[in-house]
Amino acid sequence: MRRLSRHALFWPLATLALLLVLNSCFNPAFLALSWRDGHLYGHLIDILKNAAPLMVVALGMTLVIAVRGLDISVGAVVAIAAAVATLLTGGSFNAGGEVASEHPLWLALGAALLVAAACGLWNGVLVVKAGMQPIVATLILMVAGRGIAQLLTGGQIITVYYPPFFAIGSGFLAGLPIALWIAAGLWGVLHLALSRSALGLFIRAIGGNPEAARVAGVRSAAITLCVYTFCGLAAGVAGLIVSSNVKSADANNAGQLFELDAILAVTLGGTALTGGRFTLAGTVVGALIIQTLTSTIYSLGVPPEVNLVVKAALVFAVMLLQSAEFRSLFTRRAAADPGAPR
Amino acid sequence: MSRRLLPLSVTILLFIGMAAFGALRYDGFLSLQVFLNLLIDNAFLCVAAVGMTFVILSGGIDLSVGAVMAFTTTLSAALLGIGWNPYATMAVVLALGAAFGAAQGFLIQRFRLAPFIVTLAGMFMARGCSYLISTESVPISDPTYVAIAQARIPVGFDASLTLGALVAIATVLAAMRLAHATAFGRAVYALGGDENSARLMGLAVGRTRIAVYLLSGFTAALAGIVMTFYMLSGYSLHAVGLELDAIAAVVIGGTLLAGGVGYVAGTLFGVLILGIIQTLIAFDGTLSSWWTKIVVGVLLLLFCLLQRLFESRSRRTA
Repeated sequence: MRRLSRHALFWPLATLALLLVLNSCFNPAFLALSWRDGHLYGHLIDILKNAAPLMVVALGMTLVIAVRGLDISVGAVVAIAAAVATLLTGGSFNAGGEVASEHPLWLALGAALLVAAACGLWNGVLVVKAGMQPIVATLILMVAGRGIAQLLTGGQIITVYYPPFFAIGSGFLAGLPIALWIAAGLWGVLHLALSRSALGLFIRAIGGNPEAARVAGVRSAAITLCVYTFCGLAAGVAGLIVSSNVKSADANNAGQLFELDAILAVTLGGTALTGGRFTLAGTVVGALIIQTLTSTIYSLGVPPEVNLVVKAALVFAVMLLQSAEFRSLFTRRAAADPGAPR
Repeated sequence: MSRRLLPLSVTILLFIGMAAFGALRYDGFLSLQVFLNLLIDNAFLCVAAVGMTFVILSGGIDLSVGAVMAFTTTLSAALLGIGWNPYATMAVVLALGAAFGAAQGFLIQRFRLAPFIVTLAGMFMARGCSYLISTESVPISDPTYVAIAQARIPVGFDASLTLGALVAIATVLAAMRLAHATAFGRAVYALGGDENSARLMGLAVGRTRIAVYLLSGFTAALAGIVMTFYMLSGYSLHAVGLELDAIAAVVIGGTLLAGGVGYVAGTLFGVLILGIIQTLIAFDGTLSSWWTKIVVGVLLLLFCLLQRLFESRSRRTA
């Protein structure tokens, strides 16, 4: 039990389990899964599907935070990618009543991802080459990015009429949402890349002590650039999922507050904000906690306005638990009392 | 000394340049009222940015100001709605803002937490609380508030200022005195410059840091009151993203985000530059409002690069 509770994933998983139990107490049908229209159907599936974009963004954010960075522009990049993808896909009814896309779908998706990766690279260049603080460097794109997205869409909400585009966000594959497959695939690739190669070690080294890592021969600049580029790319993928799910792109509101939710998911998962210590699986659990919390609040019939307050309380709690100073308040007391079990 | 003033002078020159550009390009731009309107329309931003200046000078950041402003407007509207005395309302929201800021400062100082995350959670909290008060926009009809909102102070040449703009000017003057002529101001600069040195010099680092966030919470609430006059309504979606504008104004005003270097007067010009961009775009009439964001982003980039240049050069000469 002791060893179990020490495991990095113990607290995130326990929180998630608690939320699920709470939900099933109030709503016995919560955990029920059924097979309808050729795919799984139920609250849990909804949570997994809705959490997918956040998972994807948070995975990118995890790596950025692991190298002592931060990317607060991901929300804006989500909006840009959504704008590019929907503009290039578009769709109009031709004579036969069929819906044709403006450009081939692969081109639209590829262009959106390319633009998103370029945004990430831009952030990386500002951090690595210009030596700016990550918050400041990404603040620039956070402010300008939404303007760029609005410029692309002309301030309008762009609607897509081309059905194949909808599959990304609302389609199902082998009974599970495609969005979930995308998130799982991304996690799998990252997990393999980080655990089967030295990359994970390098990222931990950079986050632990950038100067020492550089002296030890880790190519920190190149790796940090890649990490920021990947974070941009991940935000782009999330942009595709989000815009495909709502069949449109709203430059003003797409990905709003995404950066905060992503940072929250990373923190909840047990990744240290100071860098060096990260867990991809924890981040996925963190994203699930946030989405489950949102669903819980809706299903409990509590006004959705409470959501923000609950989230804030959660962040405060997690923050304090992660703080060595806060924990020492209790351990010191335990140490002072010889009778206390240690 | 002149090198320290370099970013500030660039900011002032940029403002003069933009004003000259507007005057040459558009008829009616060069009038006193147009420039006073910069202050009137951005009074709340100015007040909030002054508090942010202290936080950034101390090496921290406060993302909660926009949410605290929204909370102030909704709480003011709610309290006035149930018949509270307007001055009591103002006192209560100011006290709450200061207490909220101090609580954030305490968490940051006592538990060594990252200011970014603490104030982020504070932003959720304050915005969430204003949603709890009301999700609708609540109009304010209290006679005192309406009278203050409509008051115009003539300054000659057919131009006038609002009380909100006067509050902004007073805040800037008081902050300049606080930053440059008091022990507290010196401690803030020392804290932002190097925390360990500041501690070794015997400065009360902990108290200063908490006071900085308290001040920022207070100015955010004051900015919220100014915004309440400006909008004459309480709405939980007021001032969304205003913290970013405030940070942008501080950076464009020449304050180093790493802390320790900067001037309150620079922040005033930063706010005026953000305002004049919007005015120029409004005068042009053909450009859309989203150009504002792009131009602000570009300016942020230029000033950050300038700061980096300035930092690396001063390090080389040191």
